[in-house]
Amino acid sequence: MSDVQTPGSTAGQATSESPTVATAAANAPTAATGRRRGRWGLPQAALPRHLLLLLVAAVAGVLLLEVADRFTHTQIATVAYYAVAAAGLTVLTGLNGQISLGHGALMAVGAYTTALFLENQDNPWPLPLIFLVSIAITTLVGAVVGVAAARLHGPYLAGATLALAVGLPGLALVFPETLGGNQPLTFRRPEPPAWWQDASFFLSGSQPSNQKWQAYLGLFGVLLTFFLLANLMRSRIGRTWRAVRDQEVAAELAGIRLGSWRVLAFVVSSACAGLAGALLAFTLGSVSALSFTLVLSLSLLTAIVIGGLGSLLGALIGAVMLVFLPELARTLGSGQGLSDTEAAQLSPLVYGIVLVIVMLFAPAGLVGTIRLRWLSARAKRARARVGGE
Amino acid sequence: MRTPSRRLVSVLAAATVASALAACGAGESRSGGGDSGGANEASDVGITADSIKIGAHYPLTGPAAPGYSEIPTGVQAYFDYVNDNGGVNGRKIEYVYRDDGYNPTNTAAVVNDLVLKEEVFALMGGLGTPTHSAVLEFLNGEKVPDLFVASGSLLWDNPKQNPYTFGWQPDYESEGKIIGQYITQNFPNAKVGLFLQADDFGENGEKGVRQYIDNQIVAKQTYVPGTTDFTAQIAALQASGADFVVSFTTPTYTAITQLTALRVGYKPQWFYSNVGSDPQLVGKLLANFSQGKVSDAAPLLNGALTTEYMPGVDAPDDAWIKQWQKIWDASGQEGELTNFRVYGMSQAYTMVQALQAAGQNPTRDDLVAAIEKNGQNWEGPWFGPFRYSADRHAGISGMKVVQLNGTVGEDKTGVLITDNGDAKIQESNSAESTPPDNGIPQS
Repeated sequence: MSDVQTPGSTAGQATSESPTVATAAANAPTAATGRRRGRWGLPQAALPRHLLLLLVAAVAGVLLLEVADRFTHTQIATVAYYAVAAAGLTVLTGLNGQISLGHGALMAVGAYTTALFLENQDNPWPLPLIFLVSIAITTLVGAVVGVAAARLHGPYLAGATLALAVGLPGLALVFPETLGGNQPLTFRRPEPPAWWQDASFFLSGSQPSNQKWQAYLGLFGVLLTFFLLANLMRSRIGRTWRAVRDQEVAAELAGIRLGSWRVLAFVVSSACAGLAGALLAFTLGSVSALSFTLVLSLSLLTAIVIGGLGSLLGALIGAVMLVFLPELARTLGSGQGLSDTEAAQLSPLVYGIVLVIVMLFAPAGLVGTIRLRWLSARAKRARARVGGE
Repeated sequence: MRTPSRRLVSVLAAATVASALAACGAGESRSGGGDSGGANEASDVGITADSIKIGAHYPLTGPAAPGYSEIPTGVQAYFDYVNDNGGVNGRKIEYVYRDDGYNPTNTAAVVNDLVLKEEVFALMGGLGTPTHSAVLEFLNGEKVPDLFVASGSLLWDNPKQNPYTFGWQPDYESEGKIIGQYITQNFPNAKVGLFLQADDFGENGEKGVRQYIDNQIVAKQTYVPGTTDFTAQIAALQASGADFVVSFTTPTYTAITQLTALRVGYKPQWFYSNVGSDPQLVGKLLANFSQGKVSDAAPLLNGALTTEYMPGVDAPDDAWIKQWQKIWDASGQEGELTNFRVYGMSQAYTMVQALQAAGQNPTRDDLVAAIEKNGQNWEGPWFGPFRYSADRHAGISGMKVVQLNGTVGEDKTGVLITDNGDAKIQESNSAESTPPDNGIPQS
């Protein structure tokens, strides 16, 4: 191993092992050193720290939503469903080492479930219940896929999930009567609850829009998912997943059943994809098979790679880039006097270039690279301290 | 706890001011659109004293982009021309179009951008049935005029539910009826096979065709966009003994039907829907798909029947095409005049007619009302009139049947006018329209 991968291992103290560069972002920083306060004065224990972060993020999120305009609300709602799906995928790929090119298809399951429950109904079920059912059904599909996936590795797993991404949305075309074929299933979105309208009016002093309600639902989804996943990642389950990823043989010798842990990772990941799909359907007000292309699955994967495999923050950053980078490229293009067509064609190019640059200069993704830098800097300090004593 | 309570007070104060303002706004009376004389004002969102902003969504990247991505360049060329000649009511038309890659999720995102951020006055020519359906409810909820949707689906003609949405091109059902009648009159003994795209496009077309030749149809095959292997379907049509195939396909799939039929040695009389019969584009696609083995569409598509609802670039001597050619050359954009650019320019021409009719300082509602009131009488390159009224938002009502000879369409019928449902098909007796001298509709 190079010394980039195990920074400061010679110092023999206060280090975190990063077995591979690519998943550096997945590894939690050093465990307790006896202090009660960790970085930036946050509590050292996982649960209180995550609760505190959740609270801060919730307050910041609400403030952001209250000052943002309606267009920004739609963008935030979009970032939210990408972030939820990417967070699920980053757990699967970054923490457990399984690749999935089929998460777009799992999102389709969640989205179609939501759409079918909201379609043609005068008295639809309450929204939380519909979202839960969507998550449950996607989880079920994910479990079936996961059982198959647990036996596959590397390119075979990629191939199998690729087939899922290509095949599953095609079901809509096989059952056009219920699933609408290529035509989108459109539905009427239930009104936001009165208490929320009152609360939002109280905060902002204006009548809240539907876009704001969608953004709030997205924010709620992101906070809930990230909080649950963060705790899961710091628990025994997260550690076992990492063990399965890094050293199969060692993990098996330690009594870990590789198969069931891989299935579990797929199940958790699918649940996130289901919620993301439900949020997508609710944000759009319609679902169509054309929305769940292979490109969707691939962009989720690129998002977590750019952000940093295995890092929730990285998943969020990746989701933000998915939404804002094409927009930025287009604006830059029009600013340079390109026609709207040329500017639109610039977006995929810029996205590709950014991906290449990140892979070349920050192979652990943005979050992973920053964390690696930070760790090696700390190790250097520690070495200097040891040398000085 | 002083800060929160102070903020509460300021929030409440802001709320009071906001609601008071809203109340004032409601009491204020708007100057109507129809008035003439006086100065230009910013009468609604997206309109200022000297500009008016129009938005659109098209597939500019991805598999659906060939052909369709040329439409907005035609629109742009025509609006540039109008702007250089003084604009409409002294206002320059600002045209913004966005790429949705033919993906409804992206369509929703770019339409949000156009309506909420760019704040366009109206949308025009949004392309595609599945894509545009995803924004139908949003646009009507926001009361944004959603004009001249670039698809022949029947969805756009529903003023009760979608009062702001208007169709433009002939709907697929009417086209199907005209095709059906032509077959029963000219090929009464043909055994007809249908080859349909498995969505609104194919279904509406089939409905029209079956009104006339239900008993002549011996087979029906469908395909889903995205598949590229039609061997099974074409072989099934061949096995059924069909010697005449009516095909509701988009250009890409027209090319694939031709290649597949060539491979299995199937030579029926083809009748392609207008949407999928552009010989220029199909030719390019054929060369592409066959990796150069078929370099020219002309011999393959030779003799195929199709329909036309306005002159295309195969008629360079047509007065309208001459006009479009002049405007296209003047615009200085890359590429040559194609049927897709002609389509864009014709839609832009209709848009200018609508803006002129809406008056000097129109609101969005004025624009919709003006189209409902005057749209039926607008003359342009289209062969049959629009069917716009307070109860109908359907587009062009007439088309011709033509036979492709090389890339040129030869007329097989006069202009046939019809409508949805049981409406009869009648030959049009109105004279062909000619373009105004300066290429801008006379208000």
